[in-house]
Amino acid sequence: MEFQSCVNIKKEWDIVGARQLGRDVARKIGFGTVDQARIATAISELARNIYLYAGTGKICFEAIDDINQKGLSIVAMDDGPGIEELSQVMEDGYSTSGGLGAGLPGVQRLMDEFDIQSNPGQGTEIKVIKWLR
Amino acid sequence: MRIPILKLHNYLLISIQIDLDDQTAIQFQEDLLSKIHESGATGVVIDLTSVDIIDSFIAKVLGDVVTMSDLMGAKVVLTGIQPAVAMTLIDLGIHMQDVPTALDLEQGLIKLRQELEE
Repeated sequence: MEFQSCVNIKKEWDIVGARQLGRDVARKIGFGTVDQARIATAISELARNIYLYAGTGKICFEAIDDINQKGLSIVAMDDGPGIEELSQVMEDGYSTSGGLGAGLPGVQRLMDEFDIQSNPGQGTEIKVIKWLR
Repeated sequence: MRIPILKLHNYLLISIQIDLDDQTAIQFQEDLLSKIHESGATGVVIDLTSVDIIDSFIAKVLGDVVTMSDLMGAKVVLTGIQPAVAMTLIDLGIHMQDVPTALDLEQGLIKLRQELEE
């Protein structure tokens, strides 16, 4: 079961669309209710960041089906302004938008693996993985 | 999309049964405050039994609406938060410690009555 599907994030409603698709994919892979909620919430945070800070971007899902491990890989990418201070955005409570500042550090805790690449002016790419246990 | 707000004596009852998008959440915040103002309700129960995801934005809107209602003189209780949602909120680092909660609608109404009688 190897598949890749992407959702474009252009308008606010796409945040809901992305997390619903992500939840469906997670359910098909075999994740339980709690992990489905974790995955859907993480997608919601990633999609909102794209919508708020970059305007447009996309989120892609890929099922990982190796011999010894299964899981779901999610990549969120945009060509937005990028992030100046990566260490700052990973701090709990840091926000430039008046939000709770729970987004990225929260996503890191919700998922098992978290990788962020961003350079000012060159957009942002965040890759996260949840392993099926 | 608008979330229906029902009036029952001095209380307002809301059951959120859709996947909340940001716009609907903000609209709900406004609608609830106007309804409190119009009706003079002293207590509000927001039931979240059918909500299967609360992200940081929705959590902020819900937390804010509790504080805003409190400023106006109405107590809000959130009820029916699912186990998966509670676990996800803690992972996100959102503790909602100042927000009154109860297991279900029935417990929520009991809690409101106790708080309002004190």
